[in-house]
Amino acid sequence: MAELTYRDAVARGIAQEMERDERVVFLGEDIGKAGGVFKTTVGLYEKFGPRRVRDTPISEQAILGAAMGAAMTGLRPIAEIMFADFLAVCFDYVANEMSKLRYMSNGQLACPLVIRTGNGGGVRFGAQHSQAVENWTMMIPGVKVVAPSSPVDVIGLMAAAVRDPDPVIFHEHKALYAIKGEVPDGEILDKLGTAKILRPGRDCTIVALALMVPRALAAAEILRQEHGVDAEVIDVRSLVPLDTQTILASVAKTGRLFTVEENPRLCGWGAEIVSIVADEAFWDLDGPIVRITTPHIPLPAADHLEDLALPSTSRIVDKVHRVLNG
Amino acid sequence: MASAKDATAPNESLANDDIGLDRRLELFRLQVEIRDCEKRAFDLFLQNLIKGTSHLSIGQEAVAAGFGVAMRKGDKSFCTYRGHAHTLARGASMEGMLGELMLRDIGLMRGKGGSMHLTSVEHGVLGSYAIIGAHLPIACGSAWRAQYLGEKDVSVCFFGDGTTNIGAFHEALNFAAVWKLPVVFVCENNLYMEYTPISEVTAVKHPAADRAAAYGLERIVVDGNDADVVYRIALAALEMARNGGGPSLIECLTYRHSGHSRADPAKYRPPGELEEWLKRDPVVIYRERLREFGVKQETIDAVEAESKRKVEAATEACKASPQAPVELLTADVYADGGWAWRN
Repeated sequence: MAELTYRDAVARGIAQEMERDERVVFLGEDIGKAGGVFKTTVGLYEKFGPRRVRDTPISEQAILGAAMGAAMTGLRPIAEIMFADFLAVCFDYVANEMSKLRYMSNGQLACPLVIRTGNGGGVRFGAQHSQAVENWTMMIPGVKVVAPSSPVDVIGLMAAAVRDPDPVIFHEHKALYAIKGEVPDGEILDKLGTAKILRPGRDCTIVALALMVPRALAAAEILRQEHGVDAEVIDVRSLVPLDTQTILASVAKTGRLFTVEENPRLCGWGAEIVSIVADEAFWDLDGPIVRITTPHIPLPAADHLEDLALPSTSRIVDKVHRVLNG
Repeated sequence: MASAKDATAPNESLANDDIGLDRRLELFRLQVEIRDCEKRAFDLFLQNLIKGTSHLSIGQEAVAAGFGVAMRKGDKSFCTYRGHAHTLARGASMEGMLGELMLRDIGLMRGKGGSMHLTSVEHGVLGSYAIIGAHLPIACGSAWRAQYLGEKDVSVCFFGDGTTNIGAFHEALNFAAVWKLPVVFVCENNLYMEYTPISEVTAVKHPAADRAAAYGLERIVVDGNDADVVYRIALAALEMARNGGGPSLIECLTYRHSGHSRADPAKYRPPGELEEWLKRDPVVIYRERLREFGVKQETIDAVEAESKRKVEAATEACKASPQAPVELLTADVYADGGWAWRN
């Protein structure tokens, strides 16, 4: 057991899989010699060499296209798209190509690859380098979507993503790179499609993802101390496949549901969870379901404005307290 | 690498027999079969037995045939929505191709992909891609795999002139050149992107070849209506790629006799243009060449008769085929064979 940053966990997760399987190759912009612009891939180039860790030109379409062609023919590529916002310039590969390959070919072709990308806000990068876009990828049939919130989950879910036979979009949160967490020694392998109850509680269920997880946990602690609310906090971790059973069971117990989403309001991932709970657990509910989201705006760069936009610990506390305690 | 050729240059001496008669008969057979199959596709469309859309290669058969004969088993083809010809040229069956156009169970993908996405992995056809330019980077990835694993296959990527103005084209060429990948990019310049002449929207005369220098590649323009010319340049590019020499970009000048798709009567073409190109019909050119080589008329007739027989048999098989069972609707979204996105 050792303490590791989320950032270093990325490199450890990739290294674990590259050591295990010669077919795992890694490509992206500045990932090799430079060690990644977020220093998430430090040491991989030195360890595995330029044959397996390949720096690319600034060509996001070529990166995802090449990863796809390699995956279709036998490799297990990991491709980095530096900022998740840049998925927009190569979205054809996500929306039209890798996601539909197996279906359109009637199962003749598969695309086992991982797209790692720096997602989310809170780091004052402005509107084109700060978006949380996991909902963009969630709505496409044929891809899987993961967004870990802790170092140990980064490693375990990375391993699961690399070993998965389908394309997986792996959203790393930029504002979490510096956080630390305990990580066991040896191989770590997690399972896609499994949510985690991080804090059990009786009074309400708070469902969160990525950067919103530590904020929801902090809010739950304040809610207990200051308002006597015992909140259960669930880290969704994987949007596709989605562990609805864990969420439905929690709602059956608490009777109240809050989602905490970094996506702008419209079609954020929480809307789908709310829809499922409304359809399937309506009679378990003791009151309205509430979504706590970023408003439907581009993100500003200014720190005081960005902090107002993203759901904060205090906003979660206020909202849950007001809804539950009137 | 063979020297650059221009479509206006005279044909090479017909006496040059590096190709050989057996291969010439194969080049002829493929062109005839593609032509007959495409004509049948057009007829079936008029009968409403082919739905959706279709993009025919009538007039462009020599490119697919030339590469089809030059490529080895194990080489990979990446095609476009105008990919019927390239799929047949790798050995996929007529009933698989026509059946997919007719969206029947007998089709290559049992009707799940349709005319624009023909795929036959067992024949090395790793898909037909209908978003312009998307498959050039994908072909790079397949070539990267060959390079990485030390495998000797070459990835060949076919596309039209319109593709040369989209970003993925340029990203892929640079990427392939920098990584020295075993990939061959084949531009079929049929003079029109969809309805608009490529010359009206492109800064250079030859939309592919005139860009080659930007990526350190040789400028290659060939007569895409002469299967011998295509075969020779294909063989040279394939061998160069196989031997670690990196990618090629080949511009084949050709012409589609029909419109862009079934919805297009091609009224934008200037009067007389089609007639001029019909004089250079690749099937006619090749039939004449076989005669000049002394191939007996009965041999030529036999190839043509066999092609027609195969098209008839394939058509009947397709008509007799049911549509796929409805269970296919949700099959193969994910690797477990199904579509489950939640528990």
